[in-house]
Amino acid sequence: MGIEIFYFLIFPGLLFSGIMGGFISWVDRKITARVQFRQGPPLLQPLYDFVKLFAKETIIPSNGSITTFILAPLFALFGATISAVFILLPVLGVETGFTAGIIVILYLLNIPAISYIIGALASGNPLAAVGASREMKLILSYELPLILVLISVIIKSGMAIRFSDIVTYQLTHGAFIGSLSGIMGFVTILMCIQAKMGLVPFDMAEGEGEICDGIIIEFSGSILAIFKLTKYIMFLALPAFVSGLFFGGLSLSGINILWSILKVFAVVLLITLIRNTNPRVRIEQAMKFFWLWMNLIAVICVILAVLGI
Amino acid sequence: MGKKTIVPIGPYHPLLEEPEFFKLYCDGETVVDMEWETGYNHRGIEKICESKTFEQVFYVVERICGICSTSHPFAYANAVESIGAVEIPVRAKLIRSIIGELERVHSHLLWVGLAGHFLGYNTVFMWAWKYREPVLDMFEIITGNRNSYAMFTIGGVRRDIDENKASQLIKVLEDVKIKTDLLVGAVMDDPVIHARLKGVGTLTAKDIHDFGAVGPTARASGVDIDVRRDDPYAAYDMVNWKVITVKEGDVFAKAEVRLLELYESISIINQCLQLLKKEKEGDIKAKVREIPAGIGIGHAEAPRGEVFHFVKSDGGNSPVRHKIRAPSYNCITTFRRSCIGGTISDAAIATAAVDPCYCCTERMIQVYDHNSGKRTMSAAELIKLSQQKTEELNKQFSAKDRS
Repeated sequence: MGIEIFYFLIFPGLLFSGIMGGFISWVDRKITARVQFRQGPPLLQPLYDFVKLFAKETIIPSNGSITTFILAPLFALFGATISAVFILLPVLGVETGFTAGIIVILYLLNIPAISYIIGALASGNPLAAVGASREMKLILSYELPLILVLISVIIKSGMAIRFSDIVTYQLTHGAFIGSLSGIMGFVTILMCIQAKMGLVPFDMAEGEGEICDGIIIEFSGSILAIFKLTKYIMFLALPAFVSGLFFGGLSLSGINILWSILKVFAVVLLITLIRNTNPRVRIEQAMKFFWLWMNLIAVICVILAVLGI
Repeated sequence: MGKKTIVPIGPYHPLLEEPEFFKLYCDGETVVDMEWETGYNHRGIEKICESKTFEQVFYVVERICGICSTSHPFAYANAVESIGAVEIPVRAKLIRSIIGELERVHSHLLWVGLAGHFLGYNTVFMWAWKYREPVLDMFEIITGNRNSYAMFTIGGVRRDIDENKASQLIKVLEDVKIKTDLLVGAVMDDPVIHARLKGVGTLTAKDIHDFGAVGPTARASGVDIDVRRDDPYAAYDMVNWKVITVKEGDVFAKAEVRLLELYESISIINQCLQLLKKEKEGDIKAKVREIPAGIGIGHAEAPRGEVFHFVKSDGGNSPVRHKIRAPSYNCITTFRRSCIGGTISDAAIATAAVDPCYCCTERMIQVYDHNSGKRTMSAAELIKLSQQKTEELNKQFSAKDRS
């Protein structure tokens, strides 16, 4: 029991992934700033944001459902942290008693998004309701291609359903990114991450210029800080998930640590560049994009995986 | 029609630089109806102007709008000079045009940036505003201010543009032109921007005539109007340029018109600077002793469209009536046509596409009985009065047409 709590709270759970995720979000902001000819924030800015929000007043909307409103960010944080634990343990190659199947991770990764929706709807704000409906549509759009890509990965790794097996399979047989279906799967999952993280061009649920940050409009103070922390953790968990699926996992031993950092940062760099070179699309355009194009690529990816290309 | 939700844009909203309230009645994501409320920003400028001397009014009307802060003095100068039939020196005409066009360059760049921001394309936002910065610096070099230039006066301008400043300006403009190429490339060829802007907030030429929209909003719908060409003032009839029109009428067309107008403005400034060089040193201000009694009408093409000023003088030292109409006043009414039927996302960019400037638009009229001091007419009665007058005018004009 003790070791599980350690996994959850310290490494690779809350503390580790929170700090690393904060750092990655700083990298994202710094790159964005440089692209836009700005100076960018100092290294500790994510920490400052988090601490400052905790010190701020938390305003609870009077016409909302208070319990749900406060619990939603906590659920999001739990979901993100558990998924980070289940992703990072096998990816980092830590030998433990428990590992999760890829289906569990898939569902755990959805908990933050669903918590966002619940929290938004509990706030009773019309703009939040618009944001929530957009987020719902977005989940429905990116979920199918994501599942298809995961199926192709499972097929490629000899029907291994456990995430740790997928990672270890690549250690012996080479990373999946080396194959055509791997590249196609990588492109698809990159788009899905973009949507999952709520980054431009799929940030319509927050849509700053349209619906004033939509789903998180009513959140303030410490509960907003918890949402921020969730986002930091997802910033580590999702790139790590991708590197586990396609780059053969990460390693913290010796010189490999540089190689691991490179893998994560390659994914982060791609995400950041996509978000800085595109405008926000409309929700129906995003749905069309995922259902038509991404699904098409994902299906081809599955077929290629079956053929072993 | 299903259940309608009101999605508010404003009074305080990241989309708006100024307090303004749009109520979007939405059925799901679709906007089925909209209302807009102004009145948060009324400053009583027209009334203030009546208490200032003719010279002082320039610095009041300059503050109507921070972005197009030279178009109001421009129109006011035209109005006052038309009362006194003042002939201004050629050099002053050229400098006025240069300032006016330089303002158009910075205003259009500002709009491109804002439009990018509303689309979530913050890179375009930052880039456009960075490219705008040297233009503002140039303003500071020429006039002493980055904004609110205090450049105009009755009968001419207050500061000269010498050789040194002119050569600096030419250099800056060359740079801006290169950056404009870059922006045009980034906006015109981006498939995602096409998907996002084409066919959004479309206004037909008929809509433009119905609502009386002006400026780039009208020109993007194929309506070929531009005060600079239709009723030339300052130096606009001394240089070669063309009015940019695009047929489509959607938000993309408006962006296209503005981006292409940047090139025209740069070319106008360059030609003016060459003429200025030929002109040699000379007066930049005509001597005006007094403004006689009479009425004057002046208009100017601001970056957003036609600015209209009506000034009435009784021979004293200040206007007895000063009426101002800013272009946004005409353009904002088109929102009902461009937003209804679209989604919330489209409404956001369609409202931004006319480059609205709300505080220019704020109006307030109250009628008091002279004897009792009580308010007599309500808004509805005033509107009715105005409609009656329009009808009478229509009758007069149609009678004239027949004869």
